[in-house]
Amino acid sequence: MAFFEMAKIALKTVLSRPATLMYPTRPAKITDFSRGHVVYDGSICISCLLCMKKCPAEALCVDKEGRTWTIDRLRCVTCKCCVDVCPVKCLSMDTTYSPALVAHAGLQTFPITYVRPERPQKSETTEAPPGL
Amino acid sequence: MSRKIVMPFGPQHPVLPEPIHLDLVLEDEAVVDVIPSIGYIHRGLETLVAKREFTEYVYVAERTCGICSFIHGMTYCQGVEQVMDIEVPPRALYLRTIWSEYSRLHSHLLWLGLFADAMGFENLFMNSWRLRENVLDVLEDTTGGRVIQGSCKIGGVRKDISTEKLGIMAADLDDFESRLSELTEVFLEDDSIKSRLVGVGKLSRSEAYDLGASGPTARGSGVDIDIRKTGYAAYRDLRFTPVTETSGDCYARCAVRARELFGSIDLIRQAIEKIPEGEIDVKVKGNPDGEYFSRAEQPRGELVHYVRGDGSKHLVRSRIRTPTLTNIPPLIKMLRGCELADVPVVVLSIDPCIGCMER
Repeated sequence: MAFFEMAKIALKTVLSRPATLMYPTRPAKITDFSRGHVVYDGSICISCLLCMKKCPAEALCVDKEGRTWTIDRLRCVTCKCCVDVCPVKCLSMDTTYSPALVAHAGLQTFPITYVRPERPQKSETTEAPPGL
Repeated sequence: MSRKIVMPFGPQHPVLPEPIHLDLVLEDEAVVDVIPSIGYIHRGLETLVAKREFTEYVYVAERTCGICSFIHGMTYCQGVEQVMDIEVPPRALYLRTIWSEYSRLHSHLLWLGLFADAMGFENLFMNSWRLRENVLDVLEDTTGGRVIQGSCKIGGVRKDISTEKLGIMAADLDDFESRLSELTEVFLEDDSIKSRLVGVGKLSRSEAYDLGASGPTARGSGVDIDIRKTGYAAYRDLRFTPVTETSGDCYARCAVRARELFGSIDLIRQAIEKIPEGEIDVKVKGNPDGEYFSRAEQPRGELVHYVRGDGSKHLVRSRIRTPTLTNIPPLIKMLRGCELADVPVVVLSIDPCIGCMER
């Protein structure tokens, strides 16, 4: 027979602060590795489509002609797969969670503003004008 | 003789976190037969294997279960690595072992809380989950995810844990262990818990073996089966003894899980002590061609991932068999003859994970 097994734990709990984090008034615990939401930088994206092909949740859509990059925040499972495969690192993972969304508002479209740098001019000796 | 009635139990029931339906055939208050039916949350994850590349399917495999997600991902990776003859670096194997054992701690503490909740012991439920929070913090700190870790990949692991962090983890385990022993003492010694559990839902050793029980359900009946003893990941270098109990009732299954927590802590300590330096992953070339049955010990029992590839980047077939499925026939056996009021406790004593089972 054992009595008052909980007494020690109960006394400790009464005398200590609440274990629950009072979330909205105090910020949530976040670590350096936390996967919050995907951040996109359209100025360096080369539209290689790798992120769209590799996304396990099919949450990404890259429109090469329309020059837009679209993410469905409600489909995205923040697995970080796109960030890992991106060859130019235009994608990164923010540690804070994306804000709550109403239904059908998960689609977020970003313009691709990357401009392909012009090829360096070849030297004049090899460059002969066409037709001459 | 009284009349038999059929009473539905589930799929929505206050005590069940997940949907399973049982038709209980009652004679007065006693259960004489049980007809289970499943299939409420089938998601077709196995079919997705033909639509995702084999390297991306890890993310899907991990999301099979919301509790032991890391072990699902690891077992799938083990299967593909065996098919492709990839030798995983030892450091990655040790990291996998450490995360597996943290998953086990988190799963068992979650279960102990839910079990206390099923008995109506709310205070104990809160205390179990408070301890579980510390485990989740470690998982988030090392992998980036509290529940879905996403740190396993084919050929190794995605993230390394620094030596300083490993030292902090080992030091934190001492405090955690003392708090855990206070908690498990209540589960093992408290009079009200004993009167609720002892002798309820009996399963003898031969029944457990014949009906294919696995994990703590089998070990609670004295069947000494633990897949970790086969030596996958780094378990071949670590010393441990599977926890077994002989009485085969709900108390025995609870005691197995409560005592396994300390085994997991010991395994984490050993792994942190022995972890070698070196690479954490190898480059994967080519596509899988062949088949393999990969097995691992989940917190609930034996998990099997079958993978078959035909040389393309999409696998042809994946089959996931989870321990809950094998524990359903023993559950039916346990429920026969018990009282209606004991049904929730007996159902929870096998640690049912329906989401995992129906995939």
